[in-house]
Amino acid sequence: MATSLDTRPSTYDSLKGGTLPPWAPGLVGAIAVGGAVVLNATTGLAGWFGTTIVGALIFVVLQSIWSFAVEGKRHAVDRLATTAVYSTFVIAIVPLVSVLFTVVVKGMKVMSWGFLVDSMRNVSPRSPGGGAGHAIVGTLEQVAIAAAFAIPIGVLAAIFLVEYGRGRLAKAISFFVDVMTGIPSIVAGLFIFTAFVLGLGLERSGFAAALALAILMLPVIIRTTEEMLRIVPNDLREASYALGVPKWRTVLKVVLPTSLAGIVTGAMLAVARVAGETAPLLLTTFLTQSYNNNPFEGPQAALPTFIWDQITSGTPASVDRAWAGALVLITLIMFFYIVAKLLANRFAPKG
Amino acid sequence: MAQATPTTESPISGSSVRRGDRVFGGLSKYAGIAVLVIMAAIAVFLVWKSIPSLTTNTGNFLTEPSWNPDGSPPVFGIAALAFGTLVSATIAMLLAVPVGIGIALFIVLYAPKRLASTLAFITDLLAAVPSIIFGLWGLEVLISGSEGIQRWMSDYLGWTIIFRNTLDLYGKSIFIASLVLAIMILPTVAAVSREVILQVPSGHKEAALALGATRWEMVRMAVFPFAKPGMISAAMLGLGRALGETIAVALILSAAFTVNVHLTEPGGNTFAANIALKWNEAGTNGLSALIASGLVLFFLTLTVNMIARWIIARRAEFSGAN
Repeated sequence: MATSLDTRPSTYDSLKGGTLPPWAPGLVGAIAVGGAVVLNATTGLAGWFGTTIVGALIFVVLQSIWSFAVEGKRHAVDRLATTAVYSTFVIAIVPLVSVLFTVVVKGMKVMSWGFLVDSMRNVSPRSPGGGAGHAIVGTLEQVAIAAAFAIPIGVLAAIFLVEYGRGRLAKAISFFVDVMTGIPSIVAGLFIFTAFVLGLGLERSGFAAALALAILMLPVIIRTTEEMLRIVPNDLREASYALGVPKWRTVLKVVLPTSLAGIVTGAMLAVARVAGETAPLLLTTFLTQSYNNNPFEGPQAALPTFIWDQITSGTPASVDRAWAGALVLITLIMFFYIVAKLLANRFAPKG
Repeated sequence: MAQATPTTESPISGSSVRRGDRVFGGLSKYAGIAVLVIMAAIAVFLVWKSIPSLTTNTGNFLTEPSWNPDGSPPVFGIAALAFGTLVSATIAMLLAVPVGIGIALFIVLYAPKRLASTLAFITDLLAAVPSIIFGLWGLEVLISGSEGIQRWMSDYLGWTIIFRNTLDLYGKSIFIASLVLAIMILPTVAAVSREVILQVPSGHKEAALALGATRWEMVRMAVFPFAKPGMISAAMLGLGRALGETIAVALILSAAFTVNVHLTEPGGNTFAANIALKWNEAGTNGLSALIASGLVLFFLTLTVNMIARWIIARRAEFSGAN
């Protein structure tokens, strides 16, 4: 507290070095916005994008000069870096907002109850009307079958990695689970097509598509389940062993219930991820314009392939339908996401 | 049943108990092995089904740019596909990595602590948007929205050759595909970078700040050296995703079998997009040829992912900082 006794402010200031006032970024920002707007009005620039870039440049240059003059080079660089870091987040938000906004605005154009329940049977690509009901049924069935395969296998594999696995086998599995996460979705589709359609001679069906989706879900489920099992405290396992409970019952009755919320969340996220996959469906289940509620026989539509079909038809009516389909799909996926988040919060271990 | 002697290895014993463990442990083991089997089966089936077209191909599979596997004689090759795939994925990675690392820095070190998890959730939402919707958005919003910038780049950055547009046509190009891919891999890069930045020991950061470093100097001196391997593998994982992305690219590219270095001009094709676009019109040999190109894609992404995972694994073993 020696400095507080020092009554010579000039010495104090020279030791501390200059700093910009806290309102400096705000002022520079206001000047930058004003400058960009004026320049946009007078010279035109290149639309809103060019205006934004020019505004950002004015901000960066002004702030750097001011900071360099008052605070010195190091702080000027620091301010520049802070601006850059903040703007990366804006760069990520812009496309997200733009995508969601476009989907909602364009999707609402032909959205109706009829769109949700009708199929495209006897509706030509050029004429308005029709709906995605058949595709919604297909997506729900395929995702449910995929989950029925991937969740048990994935959870068991994660149990192996956490509770039983030792040595090279567990290491190899763990490594390939990570690698499997990176398999392109189209390769999963190619594999199921070669194995089931070319190999076993079965026809393309919703079931084949579900198997391709299961391959994509599997590594996600294994990873999230593994993470959840690892955070179950060892004390719980040891308490169970101390009571004479065998390992497998400990896993089933103690470890799994403790981590259930996390596992369910992971499964929901995996479902949300594969529900929007298009490429494997294009290869493994053919497109159809009518309801086909049987996933084991014949081509079956799904929302992603419905959108693909409508957008590649290219008529104004079908493009509208594609956007409405996109709105349904994104609503479905967001529903899974939000339910997953709510579950995670609701059942998170307390205390 | 004999009284079991307590061992340090397993606190439980008794043959009936052991049987339950054997069954359950065995089940979980086979579930784990299923992963290895699926990976092996993918390679085996793709190789098996691509052999017929590769043996009848009269062109050079690696250097032939055209794609006509159902013609007689069949001529096809992956030159144009490999060019489009590698160029678009690399540009996407170069664009996404600085931004993704910036997002990770923002969430962990710059943004208020209370907002961190919400901001992370928002970037994850970007990962939740399906690829076909990014494709729709690219087709209907980005292409028309970016025409002015592309023309400007052609006028003022034309000397770089890649941005020169000799046709003055701006539409479905590799450039647009790269932009969309960059947005799509952004959450991957950001999430992996965020994880490693979170692991930077706070002692390192506080030491830097205590020595009078500014925040950026702290990032450069304490965060980057520690997180660098993680960031490299984040970039590799992003690259892997960009290489295999299908539907968005299939919607955005006009699927021409040419090797064109003017990236903003219409054209370009990738392995994945080509498979999706040609699938339903392909004959027997055509399917086999597409499977062969899928095999190349599989091994390409496998290699990239394995390198990324290897870098992460090595870092985990050697990091003595914790």
